[in-house]
Amino acid sequence: MIRQIEGSRAVAEAVALCRPEVICAYPISPQTHIVEGLGELVKSGTLAPCEFINVESEFAAMSVAIGASAAGARAYTATASQGLLFMAEAVYNASGLGLPIVMTVANRAIGAPINIWNDHSDSMSQRDCGWIQLFAAHNQEALDLHIQAFRLAEELSMPVMVCMDGFILTHAFEQVDMPAQAQVDAFLPPYEPRQLLDVDEPVSIGAMVGPEAFMEVRYLAHAKQLQALQRIPQLAEEFQRCFGRNTCGLLRGYHLADADTVVVALGSVLGTLRETVDELRRDGRRIGVLGITSFRPFPLAAVREALQGAQRVVVLEKSFSVGLGGVVSTDVRLALSGLSLRGCTVVAGLGGRAITRASLTRMLLEALADKLPPLSFLDLDWRIVNRQLEREAQMRRSGPTAENLLRDVGTVASKVN
Amino acid sequence: MSQPVKFYQTGTFTVGNRLLAPEQRSVQASTERANALNSGHRACQGCGEALGARYAVDAALRASGGKLIAANATGCLEVFSTPYPETSWQLPWIHSLFGNAAAVGTGIAAALKVKALKGGRSGVRVIAQGGDGGTTDIGFGCLSGMFERNDDVLYICYDNQGYMNTGVQRSSATPPAARTATTMAVGDAPGAAFGQGKKLPLIAMAHEIPYVATATVAELHDLEAKVEKAMGLHGARYLHVLVPCPLGWGAASRDTIALARLARECGLFPVFEAERGEITAVGKIRRRVPVADYLRPQKRFAHLFADGAGGTDALARIQAQADHNIRRFGLLDERTDERTGERTGEQTAA
Repeated sequence: MIRQIEGSRAVAEAVALCRPEVICAYPISPQTHIVEGLGELVKSGTLAPCEFINVESEFAAMSVAIGASAAGARAYTATASQGLLFMAEAVYNASGLGLPIVMTVANRAIGAPINIWNDHSDSMSQRDCGWIQLFAAHNQEALDLHIQAFRLAEELSMPVMVCMDGFILTHAFEQVDMPAQAQVDAFLPPYEPRQLLDVDEPVSIGAMVGPEAFMEVRYLAHAKQLQALQRIPQLAEEFQRCFGRNTCGLLRGYHLADADTVVVALGSVLGTLRETVDELRRDGRRIGVLGITSFRPFPLAAVREALQGAQRVVVLEKSFSVGLGGVVSTDVRLALSGLSLRGCTVVAGLGGRAITRASLTRMLLEALADKLPPLSFLDLDWRIVNRQLEREAQMRRSGPTAENLLRDVGTVASKVN
Repeated sequence: MSQPVKFYQTGTFTVGNRLLAPEQRSVQASTERANALNSGHRACQGCGEALGARYAVDAALRASGGKLIAANATGCLEVFSTPYPETSWQLPWIHSLFGNAAAVGTGIAAALKVKALKGGRSGVRVIAQGGDGGTTDIGFGCLSGMFERNDDVLYICYDNQGYMNTGVQRSSATPPAARTATTMAVGDAPGAAFGQGKKLPLIAMAHEIPYVATATVAELHDLEAKVEKAMGLHGARYLHVLVPCPLGWGAASRDTIALARLARECGLFPVFEAERGEITAVGKIRRRVPVADYLRPQKRFAHLFADGAGGTDALARIQAQADHNIRRFGLLDERTDERTGERTGEQTAA
């Protein structure tokens, strides 16, 4: 059914259609509307039987999900930002134990300085945790990926994180096609656990593993991710047959066939990029976009295949590895090993800084002219950066950095160029 | 208890089996006796935690008709019981992390509730367990959350008063003056500081959960009875068991039971039960002993007894704590002389 609803509501209803049995909720912006929606669906009896547990922290949220999943329940939670970091120990534990929990990450920056707006720092910080990480480009995809996530997680017995841009998607009212319960039931069979806390067949789960087998257990987690590389496109095809929508699988290419310059990105910025590229193509520039849906497993071969015809690759990312540069770029570079391509990393949109078509156009024109440096920061305000550097050079007690910059900026709360 | 047990013999404070009601008598283990925690695990000789856990989990298994799932915090109990392929656990058991056993228990209980509603097996019960570090410190948030939501989990803390698994460091359950690896017996105030530490059973009571109890491994029947009582209730329940640690306390392996008893008899470890935040029963001290009797056999308190080490003041402060407990919880029978602890009349067994 076509509906005009908020992204969070769309995800809440899609998750409910997947019949989760235990949902753990701890509020953090911008994830709140998702768990609020689910709480209402459970309390009203629309989603039943299901236990909705208001836990006392994200660490508890993931821990309750671990217990529930090990006891055979389909378990779901959602978080963002600081919450994902606070549960990090349990995030690793869930994948280490091979428990097929599904979690939405409403992508948000990590402090300090505290910031509630969107970037990808949170889920990128957990890129090595063993979870499958899928990035939604728009709300329909967010909805669809959740349904596939439960199927994928349970088939592989590995947890899946569905990442969607905080506010930009979670709080955006868009048209979505909400599937019927029967469609979801046909696509997603009841959960059959590989391992179960069962009084009829007692097992111990979570034993200490020493050097004799630890590497092998870790390798098997990698093997699951390699299996996911096969299963994600297959499930996307099956999903298309069942629901009539293309959800693209691992990657989504746009005008790649003839492109000599390709911009690689994840998430909602892909929409802005497509429009920007459309405009540039009207001027005869051969430029394309590669959207990565599956960040973990990272589809090295598919990325290489998609990019090998290009001369320039610009990785536009909403994450930042301080002291190095890009996070996604490192992986893209690995995919391109041995190919002589001009590669640039553009860090953009940190802490919700708007990524506008004007800025993207300016940046891409520089890239096309081979004037873009290997690492750049879209719309960075060098004026306040340099002022702070000067301040620090001049006096020892220069004061708290963020507060100095805010004073320099003045009363503008958001920055749109 | 139907009638007070009378002590006929002087000089002993044990009660002969024949004087007890049949259901209260000790029985020798038989081949039919199920062990939730099998032999062959790697606990130290004289480990109080292994003993406490075996009796507590066995009692819970019996009370649930064998339908029991356990969540375990990281710690000695987890490490000594599970190096594969030699797991000692004979019930479905999961270890996730150090600080989340209570939350994992909540998750299992939630899953079981939904499964029962869907026509699956019903009546499966959940315990979560950990040491004092996993309970009073790192797992405290999850534990308090589980209490506050009144989730259907019995949490059992095996309190050996420190981080023994990591090499005997101080926890918030470490008593004052105790030497640990992070509160060394050096300086002007050797050992753990006075005026710190948590009384978790009292904090649990403040959540007004259905049942809170303390016990020691010196009285295994009492421990079993409390587990059984807890398993007869639903909602969040908390059991705090004192389990001496020969390694961490610097005590002889053979003294585990004796030390647990002395901790109770000197008043430092009050044994009681509480329901919905109100104390309902107290284990009376049978023969009061000075705290020095309990502390002296433990090397972690050796500095209190060394010549010229100035332990007298610290000893007096610890004695004052015991006296305070005795007053606060009413640990002495009315018929017992307050000053000397000598029995003035017929003694009632606790």
